[in-house]
Amino acid sequence: MSAADLTIAAAGAVLRSGDLSAAGLLDAVRRRIAETEPIVDAFLAMDETGADSAAAAADEAFAAGTDLGPLQGIPLAVKDNMVTRGVETTAGSQILAGYRPPYDATVVERLRAGGAVIVGKTNLDEFAMGSSTENSSFKVTHNPWDTNRVPGGSSGGSAAAVAAGSALGALGSDTGGSIRQPASLCGVVGMKPTYGLVSRYGLIAFASSLDQIGPFARTVDDAVTLFETIAGHDPSDATSYRGDVPQVRADLESGVDGLRIGVIGELAGEGMEPDVLAAFERTVELLSGAGAEIKTLSLPSVEHALSAYYLIAPAECSANLARFDGVRYGLRVDGDNVEQMMAATRRRGFGPEVTRRVLLGTYALSAGYYDAFYGQAQKVRTLVIRDFEQAYAEADVLVSPTSPTTAFCIGDRTEDPLSMYLSDVCTIPSNLAGDPAISVPVGLDGQGLPIGFQILAPALGEPVLFRVARAVEDLANFEARPGLTAGEAGA
Amino acid sequence: MSYETVIGIETHVELKTASKMFCGCPVDFGAEPNTNVCPVCLGLPGALPVPNERAIEWTVALGLALGCRVAERSLFHRKNYFYADLPKNYQISQFDLPLCIGGHLDIETEAGARRIGITRVHLEEDTGKSTHLGESGRIHAAEAALLDFNRSGIPLMEVVSEPDIRSPEEARAYAHELLAIILALGISDARLEEGSVRLDTNVSVRPEGSTALGTKVEVKNLNSLRSLQRTLDFELERQVGILESGGRIAQETRHWDERAERTEPGRSKEESSDYRYFPEPDLVPLAISAEAQERIRASLPELPAQRRSRYLDLGLDNRSARLVAEGENYGDTFDAAVAAGADAKAAANWLTGEVTAHLRRAHMALGDSPLVGGHLAELHAMVKGGELSSTAAKDVLTGVLDGEGTPRQVAEKRDLKQISDASALEAAVDEAIAADPETLDRLRRGDQKIVGFLMGRVMGATGGKADPQKVREIIQERASG
Amino acid sequence: MARVGLSKDELERYQAQLGDILEHAARVQALDTEAVPPSAHSLPMVNAFRPDEVEETLDRDEVLDAAPMRHGGYFRAPPFLEES
Repeated sequence: MSAADLTIAAAGAVLRSGDLSAAGLLDAVRRRIAETEPIVDAFLAMDETGADSAAAAADEAFAAGTDLGPLQGIPLAVKDNMVTRGVETTAGSQILAGYRPPYDATVVERLRAGGAVIVGKTNLDEFAMGSSTENSSFKVTHNPWDTNRVPGGSSGGSAAAVAAGSALGALGSDTGGSIRQPASLCGVVGMKPTYGLVSRYGLIAFASSLDQIGPFARTVDDAVTLFETIAGHDPSDATSYRGDVPQVRADLESGVDGLRIGVIGELAGEGMEPDVLAAFERTVELLSGAGAEIKTLSLPSVEHALSAYYLIAPAECSANLARFDGVRYGLRVDGDNVEQMMAATRRRGFGPEVTRRVLLGTYALSAGYYDAFYGQAQKVRTLVIRDFEQAYAEADVLVSPTSPTTAFCIGDRTEDPLSMYLSDVCTIPSNLAGDPAISVPVGLDGQGLPIGFQILAPALGEPVLFRVARAVEDLANFEARPGLTAGEAGA
Repeated sequence: MSYETVIGIETHVELKTASKMFCGCPVDFGAEPNTNVCPVCLGLPGALPVPNERAIEWTVALGLALGCRVAERSLFHRKNYFYADLPKNYQISQFDLPLCIGGHLDIETEAGARRIGITRVHLEEDTGKSTHLGESGRIHAAEAALLDFNRSGIPLMEVVSEPDIRSPEEARAYAHELLAIILALGISDARLEEGSVRLDTNVSVRPEGSTALGTKVEVKNLNSLRSLQRTLDFELERQVGILESGGRIAQETRHWDERAERTEPGRSKEESSDYRYFPEPDLVPLAISAEAQERIRASLPELPAQRRSRYLDLGLDNRSARLVAEGENYGDTFDAAVAAGADAKAAANWLTGEVTAHLRRAHMALGDSPLVGGHLAELHAMVKGGELSSTAAKDVLTGVLDGEGTPRQVAEKRDLKQISDASALEAAVDEAIAADPETLDRLRRGDQKIVGFLMGRVMGATGGKADPQKVREIIQERASG
Repeated sequence: MARVGLSKDELERYQAQLGDILEHAARVQALDTEAVPPSAHSLPMVNAFRPDEVEETLDRDEVLDAAPMRHGGYFRAPPFLEES
């Protein structure tokens, strides 16, 4: 077995026992990258020199008896919408092609401070807008389980890299499901923290009140490790939570005996692919068998959440993307005057999906519409928050399938409106409410494609979230790997 | 038909905090371009704003000084427009929930005292600066725009008056008083010419007695009180002229052309007035507690109006009271002088007279000169005690301002001390009388001319240092016996 | 307003999609939010400040290296439209 298939926890053990050096681990991961990248294409940029020095530094620290933490020497990937100093950061857009930021995102600083080895930046839908990574202006990333299919999005590159073993863990961002959905489609664990627990400083903003950075990993335990490293107050982010980060490890292995699990009625039936529904129901039964009390709850606001999201996200993104104007960095398309230059630059630099959302957002904010659109949507957010709070009075966690479908074919963007709608409804409500959520792989469908099980918890409910996720992981015992590794063809 | 003017003023004030409004870059005027910048004030991808606590406190302080109510809950909003000197292409500002609302400012003009309402005081960030590369350095026919973001993100406070101002004189008085308050609070250098304060005005006219508002014309970026007043004088005339000839006033933004001495249409930076305001999602609301407000209120320094009033009570006339209260460091120096025993009027006269003239010649500010209140007290004591004539006192003052030392030291060094010693003066007088045998006779006969002549001789013989009062007394004594 | 340099038919095409927004707006409008306050964020937070302290600035060359065009210590851009 290649060291690239080790979990972060297991790798940490062999690094500390001296059986493997960080340089050696990096080598193994690089060999895996060389094998898989030609087909998966998860990465936009590799940081060879940076990774080499980080691995060397990790080895020196080990030798000196310095322990920087569980990520010391661990090769990780970072979604390309988080700035990395001196390393090209594009947000998947032509408007930032070749851009080298002069600073690191806070989460990147924290990874580095923990001794992590960042191997490269991963592909994404342009500016995180999309759910298949097909909106990247650079390349299409292929799902390691079936390379004719999408890895999901917008954090498709990070999900695919972890699935392929091209990184032992990765960071992604989730605004409407962009960590959880690709995690589900790629058969890995993907988690979105409570809004405010992880700093957004250095995350190229899409929708400021919805964006959160979170981990991808192959196990829940590894996801916890990544979460603990990046979470915590950051004075550079005014929306950063100032209280203590909830302690997750204490109850992680406590199981689900006595916990109340609420199945979201609106997401438990119609419109789900049969295999997805079956895997979901099977998992719920396993949880019941393990001592959890199962109930079905109705959350009518999950539908309202969608409409509110589709007003809030474009509005905020239209303002967040205004800074890309060719003046201070990135692409510039010349013009006779600065106004022309800005328009021409944005026209060439933004893809059609981004342009569409910027226009819609501008419209949603324009005079006369604010109250009816954005203003009203903010009130709906309150309704959603309250609806969820009421549900959490009845249940400790809520569950649903992460996505109504498994990975669809590239170029075949799912045209079924109900399916696309349901896909959004599964994930968007927790972004709107600011609550944490996680996807755990629980099985494969008839075509060998992974299915994800989603758990939602109340704000700051990471302890119960991870606890249930860990139990699901145990019960589901999902051990399959994409056939891509060791030179085999697709599953 | 007679018309009245309806004038409002918006004052933008750059705060002299150590760091910028939303990041830790230094607020430092005159630095090399683009050396005080960071991801936040450059609008780099991924950057986030965090508000400067002191800028907020100072805004609350000004609001309290203006009698405003501090909002229980206040929000920052994004004001969206595209402009190359605005890095994010939106400005973080305040919209419908500003920090301070509803205050007033009392002013005095020749026409009397008036109270001008203050609509609001709010806080925002300043933009970068653009210059134009080309023949004239002006926008027209420029080759390129050059951008410097040192100013981007500096805290900018905006004070909006109600349209209560009724004349160009009142406008000037309002602006003058507001700047005096700002200076007293120590929150800005408040220098119009340097750009740390910018004035916008809006003006309309209506028939006297009417309550309907006429069409408003805006004039932006006035950089002196004089141009404010002259702009308003001009607009008043222009607008009345249009109305009287049956025309209609165009609602527009104009700018003041100093050379042509008129306002001209256009030159407005913002093409669209739809700023698409929405609450800044990267920030959380401001909630200034009652305790915080009290603390800030308690720490307010003496305001100009209070100070002027105190000086009037001390016996200063209106003009001196105003000059001493408002001159930078004048009030503090004056207070120190009086505390050290100086006579209030004497100290005030020296400050507004000799000291001001000297500082002007030397292009110096009082705060940069060696003069302190104690010097004035010492000087006063020396004059009162007869050691210095009032003329000599002025010379001594000059010496102190030039750094030659304390009044006593200067008097010694420059040998300006008055001779008051009776025996020395008597000797000098007697000598002068003895120089000519007829002198004593003429004196005894009451010849006034000889008194003057003798005064001259004695002053000459003593190098001008004899105490003239005492000399005159001695001469009179000799005359009478 | 969005300054994305669209052609006339592109603009028309996008305008058709504005219908989507209107639909979502209609849906949220239909909800009773009479006594409901807006929420910008989920965890209620106020007064996130920083102290008035100077922090390290960026190195000017590193900053201007990323500039599409520089002129000495300045960012250089095409001239502004003459405003009149």
